[in-house]
Amino acid sequence: MKKGTLRQILLITDGCSNQGEDPAAMAALAREQGITVNVIGVLDHFDAEDSRGLQEVESIAQAGGGISQIVQTRQLAQTVQMVTKQAMTQTIKGVINQELQGILGETGTVEDLPPEKRGKVMEIVDELGETVDLDVCILVDTSASMKTKLPTVREALMDMTLSLSARMGRNNYCLYLFPGKRKAVTRVVSWSPNLDSIERAFEKIGTHGVTPTGPAIKEATKSFGQIARRKMLFQDDEAYDDGPRF
Amino acid sequence: MTGQDFNFYPGTRIIGKWHRKQYELIRKIGSGAQGTVYLAVSDGKKMAIKLARDRASLIAEVNVLKQFEQLQSNPLGPSLYDNDDWLYGGETIGFCAMEYLKGTPASEALRKRSFDWTIVFLVQLLNQLKKLHESGYIFADLKPENLIIIDPGHQIRCVDFGGATKIGRSVREYTEFYDRGYWGMGTRKAEPSYDLFACAMILIDAATGGRFERSGYPQDQLLRKVKEASRLVPYQSIIFKALSGRYASAEEMRQALVSQAMERQQPSTQMRRRGVSATAKSKTNDGWVSAWLAASIMLTIYIVCVLVYTM
Ligand SMILES: Nc1ncnc2c1ncn2[C@@H]1O[C@H](COP(=O)(O)OP(=O)(O)OP(=O)(O)O)[C@@H](O)[C@H]1O
Repeated sequence: MKKGTLRQILLITDGCSNQGEDPAAMAALAREQGITVNVIGVLDHFDAEDSRGLQEVESIAQAGGGISQIVQTRQLAQTVQMVTKQAMTQTIKGVINQELQGILGETGTVEDLPPEKRGKVMEIVDELGETVDLDVCILVDTSASMKTKLPTVREALMDMTLSLSARMGRNNYCLYLFPGKRKAVTRVVSWSPNLDSIERAFEKIGTHGVTPTGPAIKEATKSFGQIARRKMLFQDDEAYDDGPRF
Repeated sequence: MTGQDFNFYPGTRIIGKWHRKQYELIRKIGSGAQGTVYLAVSDGKKMAIKLARDRASLIAEVNVLKQFEQLQSNPLGPSLYDNDDWLYGGETIGFCAMEYLKGTPASEALRKRSFDWTIVFLVQLLNQLKKLHESGYIFADLKPENLIIIDPGHQIRCVDFGGATKIGRSVREYTEFYDRGYWGMGTRKAEPSYDLFACAMILIDAATGGRFERSGYPQDQLLRKVKEASRLVPYQSIIFKALSGRYASAEEMRQALVSQAMERQQPSTQMRRRGVSATAKSKTNDGWVSAWLAASIMLTIYIVCVLVYTM
């Protein structure tokens, strides 16, 4: 398999969207373009109100071909990095499964191999997970109910970059917050190899009553177009490899 | 990834899908994030069976254990007997059968025994880590729960190699308290110093009586914790060095620990005999100074007794 770039949207939210397009449909659209949508639901207590949020979290991830995880605020740090990595493994496994089906016929997947062979395949999956390049567009719900959780979200994101930067492959991040000031979403960090600049990103957030999750996913999907164009643009620029993108 | 814990009755029979070996479960030993471990019997032989919740993690562990089988030296982990799938009610559960290590989890042993033992176990652990590192892996998820003190012999052994990672790659599994990244003191790249950081945290954990959460200034917080713990006083510089990643190898840290532990022994033979109770006292007393006070009082009493006896 050619070593390519994995593209993910990481959505961190606590609940129910109430504006714009259907978020699950937007996630499915992202998936069609080769982007996996993972969702972390930050729900501190489960009551009737939360159960709709829970459903939404699951359905977005399912439609987006990604992983969903419900957490309490204090477990956020470990979960964010785990979900991102697990989703990478899942995507790589998916690709390998496709290749295997070509060899083993319709029903052949990694899981159907005897343990010894599966072990070998998993080593390859591991190796790829270590070395592929990864683009993550982070999408954080900053609606009123998320306000108190934002410092923890910020920490969790820093923690994620710590885990990912230990890999051999390259990483690229961008960060969008929603709802934005006048638009549905605001981009606060554009594509860059690290997230050092998010320290203050969460400070100047006003509170809004709306949660336009669908439009946010759509916008995030578009952001990959920007990075793709940029890659083409700088393709034969050697310095591009090490330096920041901007 | 089903999430829930396995609960099988004693007597449950497991037959491997591929290798057709039979096992009978005796009792649950323990469970963690990745799976559940049962004591089982097969062909009259007792062994530990790990039923995996997440097969990927099991495969990683099996791969590592297999590597160790090829090493000639002392066993690093439990020997691996079998690795197979079990078809259970329409579900496929991956499992592996391995050597049953009979003993006490270190998490329990460290609480029960004197701090002197903690040092001994750590020296043993560093010896194991040295071999592990030499074989190209780090343990990564190092914590008392993943260590067992073997029953006769007081030897420490690692269990749960699910987190073991090739040197140079990124750490997959970790526990926040023992993770240097969590404390802002380093990367999550798999290198020997990552394990050595965890070793220092095991010492801190044992001496301060439990894990604690990070505050706003994690490095200062750790520094303070180490300085406040009377039992850590003799080991301060070793701990700081391990925390800041300045030991190049497990062997270097092991030697430092051994010589410090030897250093601490009182010079005369009479004192050494009394020394046991002196260190035991220091656990309840707050300071290192008071430990010395206790020791000198005891020495005085001893001398008085000798005087009285000879007179
Ligand atoms: N070979 C063995 N012999 C005896 N006891 C064992 C053995 N392997 C594991 N155990 C016990 O079973 C418990 C759970 O096992 P283990 O830690 O491997 O599970 P896990 O799900 O991988 O846990 P973790 O959450 O730490 O990854 C351990 O605490 C240990 O005491």
